[in-house]
Amino acid sequence: MYIPNTIIELLVDNHAGVMSHITGLFSRRGFNLEAILCAPVNGGETSRMYLLVNRDGRLEQIVRQLEKLRDVRSVTVRDDYDHTVFARIEDLITSGAG
Amino acid sequence: MKLTGAELIVQLLERQGIRTVAGIPGGANLPLYHALAESGLRHILVRHEQGGGFIAQGMARATGRAAVCFATSGPGATNLLTAIADAKLDSIPVIGITGQVPASLIGTDAFQEVDTYGLTIPITKHNYLVKDAAELVQVIPEAFRVALSGRPGPVVIDVPKDVQKAAVEIDALPEPGAADPAPRPDPASLRRAAEMISAAKRPVVYAGGGVISADASGLLRELVARCDLPVTATLMALGALPADDPRFLGMLGMHGSMATNAIVDKADLLIVCGARFDDRATGKVEAFAPNAAVIHIDVDSAELGKIRSLGERDAAVSGDVGVALTALLALAPAAKRTQWWKEIDAVKAAHPETPPEDPMHPWSLIRSIGAMAPLDAIVTTDVGQHQMWAAQAYPVRYPRSFLTSGGLGTMGFGLPAAIGAALARPECTVIALVGDGSLLMNVQELATLAEIGLNIKVFVFDNGQLGLVRQQQELFYQERYVASRFERRPDLAAIARGFGIEACPLASFDAAVVEQALLTDGPVLVNMAVSETENVFPMVPPGAANVQAIIRAPKDRAGRRS
Ligand SMILES: Cc1ncc(C[n+]2csc(CCOP(=O)(O)OP(=O)(O)O)c2C)c(N)n1
Repeated sequence: MYIPNTIIELLVDNHAGVMSHITGLFSRRGFNLEAILCAPVNGGETSRMYLLVNRDGRLEQIVRQLEKLRDVRSVTVRDDYDHTVFARIEDLITSGAG
Repeated sequence: MKLTGAELIVQLLERQGIRTVAGIPGGANLPLYHALAESGLRHILVRHEQGGGFIAQGMARATGRAAVCFATSGPGATNLLTAIADAKLDSIPVIGITGQVPASLIGTDAFQEVDTYGLTIPITKHNYLVKDAAELVQVIPEAFRVALSGRPGPVVIDVPKDVQKAAVEIDALPEPGAADPAPRPDPASLRRAAEMISAAKRPVVYAGGGVISADASGLLRELVARCDLPVTATLMALGALPADDPRFLGMLGMHGSMATNAIVDKADLLIVCGARFDDRATGKVEAFAPNAAVIHIDVDSAELGKIRSLGERDAAVSGDVGVALTALLALAPAAKRTQWWKEIDAVKAAHPETPPEDPMHPWSLIRSIGAMAPLDAIVTTDVGQHQMWAAQAYPVRYPRSFLTSGGLGTMGFGLPAAIGAALARPECTVIALVGDGSLLMNVQELATLAEIGLNIKVFVFDNGQLGLVRQQQELFYQERYVASRFERRPDLAAIARGFGIEACPLASFDAAVVEQALLTDGPVLVNMAVSETENVFPMVPPGAANVQAIIRAPKDRAGRRS
């Protein structure tokens, strides 16, 4: 069955434990996480994170659980983004491997 | 002023109103203990860090205020984990402060190093690894704010030894951290909820621990009286309504009464207050109150729709239960539900409760203790059959007076939680209803209790079994009793005496012994020899609907040899 994906955009505090908090939430609650893109912004005080996730019935629950994390400053579901950025990374990875 | 990180922690805790902390010292938190000497904080030296965590929980559960425990790095921190996880599942504001190896050694497999931060991510509401002593002025108050705001929960603060020792220069201490203002629900959702309540023919309030943690029991009682609503409670909400309130139906779910589960089944509206559709409460979710519309009020909006999805006919009320109930009191018209109560009485008549006749049946013992106990006694339980009998039979009168491990179901909770409750509410008698299996999981805290001599009465339901396990093996595993029976039964009264606690056995019922124990000043343990084979009924078989509860062991089991 094909499950379409969507992107969740996060603004998070930038410190060593944040990635663990986010990925741990996904594994603990059994949410699928297809891909992550993350980079510091605001001179390193915060990071912007893009999560490629399944657009299914659990999306709303994922968003609400993310909103509860202290280090997460904002959560937005970006239906307006296309997923080419993740596709380009995939290209990069496969070409790098070849 | 110039302070060490450790002194700063201690002063910040004092400013938070903390008077008592429980814990055990070790290499990585010795600077913190050093600073305790010059503080007004009372330290309770426990015999196992899990005991310290549960003492903090007992203090927090009995008062609603955040409570603190200390542990050293490595094994100290790992010993604490169970009590922290327990606090997470029951939404209890506990703050664990752990020592850590010096920052320069983190990541080197140093002596007594574990990744406390990593270990506590999934079991805390939030956690910190403090890298610089100056951060403490922000971290400590924020930890209290996080623990107490919205849905409460545990916080762990991991502090490397060198951070505890470092000197910091600060101008002034920050304001203590306090709970954020209670989140206010959207008025439209409340108006809709009020309309649903007044339109409903067969409404039932399903109250959860959120009512207790929001200190909203009084408001619930008012709303229930005004709108003439029947109320059922989860294990965590016992005491939200007094057990003898005529509108109180008792506990629902796996070991709830047949009548209560049948009434919930008939409901056309469930008013869910601070509850989360836990599987022990709902049974098979698809069959839970199948015809009811739902008003779900919760301060944690992630709970709304998590288990029971909310549709057109339902109302999601995201915000503080107390604020919501106050609003509903003003919005919902007064009602008299004569017809519904007639139906409820008929359901109760169809499922009459037959209390056991044997006075040594745990249910009877709990009733007797409840009848003789002071009205304001606080009860703690361990986990197992005796816990469920306590939930069924103890006449819980007030919120925060029935303290039990609901979500995690941790054996060993009862004794240390009782110590915490007695420390926080020294004017109350505290009654610990414990299993012989569970008691041994934190029995070392009898030494702590003997040392500080609190007014705690420990009643042990000694069945020589892991009773709830034995029960499941009897009912669902073809009576294969594997590892649920103790081959040797220790003399628990003698053990208590060995710790310096007054103790007596109770082999046959004697009200005078129970009464004497309750009247004796200071700690007492009564070891009650109860049946090895009694089962808790009703019981909803795992995976079944609540209305499919069984009330006795099936006698016609195939292949059974007698
Ligand atoms: C720490 C822990 N380990 C295992 C269990 C599984 N368990 C649930 S009830 C129970 C038996 C409890 O025995 P006891 O304390 O004697 O109470 P009883 O059921 O006999 O009243 C066990 C082993 C648990 N809940 N907690």
